This record gives sequence, C-alpha cells and structure tokens, in this order.
Amino acid sequence: MNNLLNKKVSVLDLIRNNSVPLMFILICAIFIPLSGFSGSYLLNEIMTRLGRNAFLILSLLIPIMAGMGLNFGMTLGAMAGEIGLILVADWQIWGIPGLILAAIISIPISILLGLMCGKLLNRAKGREMITSYIISFFVNGLYQLVVLYMMGPIIPIAHNTLKLPRGYGIRNTVSLLPMRQSIDNALAIYVGGVKIPVLTLIIIALACLFIIWFRKTKLGQDMRAVGQDMEVARDAGINVERTRIISMVISTVFAGFGMIIYLQNLGNFPTYSAHTNVGMFCIAALLVGGASVEKASIGNVFLGVILFHTMFIVAPSAGTKIAGDSMIGEYFRVFVSYAVITVALVMYEAKKRKSQSLMGQMLAQAQKDEEGKAE
Amino acid sequence: MENKNAPLLEMRNIKKGFFGNQVLTDINFTLNEGEVLGLVGENGAGKSTLMKILFGMDVIRETGGYEGDILINGEKVEFATPFDALKAGIGMVHQEFSLIPGFTATENILLNREPKKKNVISEVFGDRMDTLDYKEMDERAKRAIEKMGVEIDAKMVISSMPVGHKQFTEIARELSKENLKLLILDEPTAVLTEKEAEALLDSIRGMAARGIAVIFITHRLHEILTVCDKVVIMRDGYVVKDTPAKETDVTDITKWMVGRSVSANVSQDIKINPDARTIMSIRKLWVDMPGEIVRNVNLDIKEGEILGIGGLAGQGKLGIPNGIMGLYEAGGTVEFDGKPIALNSPRKCLDASLAFVSEDRRGVGLLLDESLEWNVAFPAMQIHNKFLKKCLFFTWRDEKAIHDVTQKYIDELQIKCTSSLQKARELSGGNQQKVCLAKAFALEPRFLFVSEPTRGIDVGAKALVLEALKKFNRESGITVVMISSELEELRMTCDRIAIVSGGRIAGILPADHSSEEFGMLMVSQVK
Repeated sequence: MNNLLNKKVSVLDLIRNNSVPLMFILICAIFIPLSGFSGSYLLNEIMTRLGRNAFLILSLLIPIMAGMGLNFGMTLGAMAGEIGLILVADWQIWGIPGLILAAIISIPISILLGLMCGKLLNRAKGREMITSYIISFFVNGLYQLVVLYMMGPIIPIAHNTLKLPRGYGIRNTVSLLPMRQSIDNALAIYVGGVKIPVLTLIIIALACLFIIWFRKTKLGQDMRAVGQDMEVARDAGINVERTRIISMVISTVFAGFGMIIYLQNLGNFPTYSAHTNVGMFCIAALLVGGASVEKASIGNVFLGVILFHTMFIVAPSAGTKIAGDSMIGEYFRVFVSYAVITVALVMYEAKKRKSQSLMGQMLAQAQKDEEGKAE
Repeated sequence: MENKNAPLLEMRNIKKGFFGNQVLTDINFTLNEGEVLGLVGENGAGKSTLMKILFGMDVIRETGGYEGDILINGEKVEFATPFDALKAGIGMVHQEFSLIPGFTATENILLNREPKKKNVISEVFGDRMDTLDYKEMDERAKRAIEKMGVEIDAKMVISSMPVGHKQFTEIARELSKENLKLLILDEPTAVLTEKEAEALLDSIRGMAARGIAVIFITHRLHEILTVCDKVVIMRDGYVVKDTPAKETDVTDITKWMVGRSVSANVSQDIKINPDARTIMSIRKLWVDMPGEIVRNVNLDIKEGEILGIGGLAGQGKLGIPNGIMGLYEAGGTVEFDGKPIALNSPRKCLDASLAFVSEDRRGVGLLLDESLEWNVAFPAMQIHNKFLKKCLFFTWRDEKAIHDVTQKYIDELQIKCTSSLQKARELSGGNQQKVCLAKAFALEPRFLFVSEPTRGIDVGAKALVLEALKKFNRESGITVVMISSELEELRMTCDRIAIVSGGRIAGILPADHSSEEFGMLMVSQVK
C-alpha cells in the first residue's frame, strides 16, 4: 500500500517536474499531423535548426552551473561574433578559414565583454538575470557606436558594398553568401533525403565534451560550489568573485562561437538586430527542454532545441489550417518564448519558498508522531 | 623550535572588550596533546568570543583585537585570519553548518582541497583546469570517516542527509586535514539524536587517543563528564573553575555556571494570583524559527502577571513570541481572551491588541531613517487608527497628537535625543530600545511580548528599561511576557519564570526560587 502510494507520488512528481517539456510534446503531437508536413521535411528542418542553434544554447550552461542563472548577457558574445564576421566579410576571407578567423577575432572582444559583465554581476549578486538583461541593452548601444560610427573612420572598412551610402557605418544587412553553410556542407551526408551537417555536429559534440570535462576540473568543481553557496565556498578559500567572472567569460566566448555558427547557416544577418532576440530564444529553448534557473544539462539543450523548433516549423502551417492565418506561427513563437521564461522564473521563486515551508511541515509532523506515541 | 615539554595550547591572560564592554578578563588555561577539554558557561559567558580569538576570526580584529598571548607548542602565535589558524593545525566545527547542499559528503569533506591530476590544458591555462582525482578523493574521505569512527555514506548528497550526518561530515572535513592538532567543537551535539551524540562522544575519545586535542563546548553537562579530561567553567567573562572532570559532577558545574555573588536582587513584590484568569493559552505550539525551534509548547499566561521566559540560546525561547506574532511559520492553537488567534498573520495578532517588541531592534523594531515621532506613532496609526483626524473626505495625520505622545514617552523613558524629530538611526542602542518600548506602549495593547529587552545595552539603560516594563505592568495591569537570556534580569522583574529547554517548556517556577533550580531546568532537556 505504502509502496503504491510512493509510486503514485513519484509519477506525479515526475510530471510536475517536467511539466514544460511535456506540454510542448503535447503541442507538437497535436500540431504535427495538422501541419501536414512530410516526415523527411520535418526531420530536415529540425536537423538544420539543431546545427544552427545548439552551440549557442550550450553557452548558457556554465553560468547556470556557477549559480548565476540564465545568462541574458550571452547577447554580448553574439555581438562579438558579429563584429568578427563583419571584418572577415570586408577582408573577403570566405569559407571555413574566414569563419575561423572571425572566431579568433571574436575571442578578445568576448573576453573583454565577459570580464565587464562578470564584474558588474558581482556587484549585483542575487539579481544576475535582470542585471545581465539590462547590460545586454547597454552593450547593444556600444555595439551600435562601433558598427554605425567607428567602422569606416576608425576601423578601416574597404568595401562599399558593406558601408552605408554616407561613407561610414555598416549597412543594415551583411551578406555572408560566399560562406553560407560552409561548415554545414563541409562533411554533409544525406540519409534518406535528410541532410546531416556532420562537421557542425562534430563541433557541437566537442563543445558538449568540453562541458562534461569541465565539470570534472577543479574550476568546474569550484563553480558548482560557488553556485550552491557562495559563503561556504568563500570560507573554504575559494575565490568566489574570480570564479564567477571566469564563468561569464567562458559563456561569452562560447556565445560568440555559437553566433558565428548560427549566422553561417543563415547566410546573411541584419546588422543591428540579429543579436537582440538571440538570448531570449535560446533561453526559452533551454527552458522548454526542462532546464530551470539553477539546473540545466546537455540533455535539456537538445530536447529543448528539438521541441522548441518543431513547434515553430509546424505552427504556421497548423495555424493556417486552424485559423486561416500563417502569422499565427510567428505570433506563437514570441508569445511562447516570453511565457516560458516567465513561468520558469516564477517557478524558481515558488520552489525556493516551498523548500522553506517544508521545514515547518516536518516539525509539525514530528510533533504529531510524538503525540501518537504518547497516546 | 618546538618545545617538547610545552603544552599544545596555552592561553595567557586573554582579555577582550567590545567597545569598552569587557567580555573576557584574564583567561588562562592549558591543553595538552590528546586531551579533551570541556568548556561550559551560560550564554554571554564569553565561550564563543574566546574561541573566535583562538580561531583568528575577522570580527575580533575588526573590533580592536585582544590582549594576552596564545601559545601553541610554547610559541606565541597571532592569527590574522581563520586560514592562518587552519595552517597551524586548528580546526573548528561551527554551530551553523558550512556545507554545500548539492555536494556529496566526499566533495564537502575535501572542498577546495581536492586532489588533482594534471592535463594538457591545465599546463597552458593554470592548475585550476586540473581534473579532480575522484579515486583519491574517495580514498581520503574514507580515511577521514574511518578516523572519526562513525559510519556515514560518503556518496550521499548533503541535502538528503539527516542533520546528524551533516554534523559528522563537518567533523570528518576537519579530520581530513593531515596537520590537525586541535579541534574545536562548538555545541556539536545540539542537533544530534541521543544515539548519534553517543557515537560522537566515542569518536571524540578516538581522536584523543590519536593525539588530537579537543575543545568541546556543550550545554549537555553529562557529556562533559563522560568524555572530558578537564572542565573549564566560564561566567561573565571569567574562568570561574578549571577542574579535572573526575572531581566534579553536574550539580557543582551548574552551581558554578549560574551562581552569582549577588543573589539578593530578586524581585521584591512578586505577585502570584492563582485565581487570575488565563488570558492566553498556548497549546501544541510549534515554530520553525531557524536556530530557535519550538516543539509542542503548552503554556498558560495569567492576566496581569509578568511572565519571564528564559533558557539557553538556541533552545527556542525566542521562537515562542516570534511564532505567536506570526513572524515565523508556526502551528498549534493559541487562544487569547477566549478567542483563537490566527497564526502566521501578524496583522491579526496586532488587531487582537497584542504587541511585540522584537529582539531584532534594528531589523524589525524600528524605521531607522524616520523620526522618533514616526517610529512611536506609526503602528498605532496603522492598526488602531490613532493619531488621525478626519477632515473633508480625507484622513489626515494628527501631527500635534503624534508630537505630544512622543514627547510624553521621551520624558517618561528618559530617551536621550536632540528632539522628537531626530532619526532613530542616530540614537544609541539603549535609547533605540526605549523607542521600541514607547512604540509598543503607544499601541495601548492588552498584552505585550518583550523579547530580549536588554540585549546589547548598558547597565543604566537596562535598569531603566526593566523598570519601565514593570511600571507599565503594575500601573495598567497589562500582561507582559518577557523573554531574556539573562536569568538574573528575569528574576528581578518577573512574577513567574518559564524555562525553555530543547524547544519545550522544562518548568515554570515563581521568580524567588534559587538560581540553581532554574539552572537545572535550563540544561534538563538540552538537545
């Protein structure tokens, strides 16, 4: 009897703890047949988006490990990656060498921005998420200053195709056509009509391996300790501030690489808005995969990418079928992203409060037990 | 040069004052290798301060350091930080756990001292990129746990451990330090069950046999007698007795602990009226106040009396008023004047004409950046709509009434301030306490809880505060429940005194009973 009860509770707990991914599985299960897409088309699309997005989302894992929550500041890394791409596009170094060069250019910029972000967040402990969100707006201003005014007069830009007609600043769209999907196509194989970008997947796998390995390093262990209890970690002699800054730097550098992979897949990017929603959608995807503010795994990343994007692929066509309007898909995308993030943040607070009241319940139970014995 | 004949630890004439308040005076004792020293004393006797000095805690340096010498193996040492003390082979297990909740026991035992393996990346990026040597970690944690002699699961995550095992993990962490010579245990058995406590005592014996000296602080006196080689008893910042454990017993220790040279100060006009009706009846109360947990308390408070609630720190006396007034989560039933009071709802308590002067003056008690007038009148205005006047369709503050009432209490309680418009933050501790009282009095309650009214204030202010409370009770017949760690203060002011021990009421005695009797109650159920 007791056993059965326990089992029931654990199934309920399982559902409660994974309510977000389950909800999305349900939505996908309803929308996929409605959309009328073929299996191979769907798989193709999912594979493309997995290659495009997974690396970016992986960059979120390390700050979560260090207890800094969802890093809205990953946008900083995205901007660094974009600056790298603009420069290689101007130098006309295309293909994989160009992407590698862009990545190399992005590293020092990412490190600098990550250091700054980490230092600022150390002054806002416990409010990292809102602070990093606002920092991303602030740095967006810096990015515009560099790209809109400094590129041309200070940072030499040779090609007029990149420049605005007035002679300085970068055009609204940067074309990466000559290097479009150069990583994706490098070792691509086709299985039953589905294109598998093997090299991209290898790079993503290497990033995953790095994260797994990183958890086992001294630094990784310190980050986990800092993430769970800063005071205890400090008492044990761990340099809490430095550890947190390093986690931001790693995350920002990763986000820069992720953005380069993302944009090479798309083949061009809107100079001034490509990064603005990247943080939001990556965080939403991670949360859809079942992550929370204080816990996220590599599994969450992949499940999240697949579920989140499947929904986007099928929603417009399913929307047309249901409401006669394909705009519903785009609407859904934005609406769902914000909703998922809101739910995750509220649940995080609720969980904290729940664990506090648990102690009281235990006390009441102990007293009841005692009375039971006395009688 | 290590002197072979010198004791492991010697404390010579240690003195320490906090802002002119002498808390330790001429502390002398020695401790040899493999000896277990029991350190006992009431709250505020200076045990923790002494240990903080020995462990080089920051708070000591920040408050002006200490006088006297600490000698280890005959050599004078001065620790600037706890890390220096650790290096010298001193380990300390604090009362509060210092563990990472999501780590296993092994990870916690070796926190920031993990054995590491080099790799290619760490050669480039420095040794923080070394990978952890999990096999070696398991080995070392196992050895530390074996040394302790108590079985705990090294692979279990701290957050799912019972409290006792958390405590053992802390001890194992200290034991895993190879150079450990002296271990300080600050009330380690407070959170243990009886069986676990016994296991701990065994492990202390084991440590001593390996040559580790132990300083054992506890309120459970029988534990001292079973495990310690000698007992040092402190009172009011002095070592009153330093004796081999074999030559003493619980009664003697209690006497030394609480015995005061002046015992004539007992309240002269104890009023105990057995026919008075019960104004508040508390049944099966539990309160989850961290560090002051209350379990299953039943208590009847008579109308018009001053009831004292005493007991050692951490035993739950503070939990009782905080729980009833809704500041911490509580359960059970509380009836006031025949009507049940909703728990976990401060507003309902205040509406029922209860008032509470919190022990946390600066946090809960005062609006630090507001004027005294505001501080005194604010709750009365909020709750009973006092000091307000209606004019047209709006309700206005009655500034004159507020000023008058504040001035009245400033005079009555002799609050030292420049004017009733001075900010509360600028007053001294004693005067802030008086403002808190004025605030509660201005509510004109029918029932008043006063928690630690004299904590951290000087002797003169103390007498005034206690007098004011007594006057308030005697003149207006309002029931007062006063919670204090200082037994003598309770005996001076109260009619009856309830002693809380282990979260429960250990007994209620009229205030004119002897200190020894109260002392025995205090340690009776300590857990």
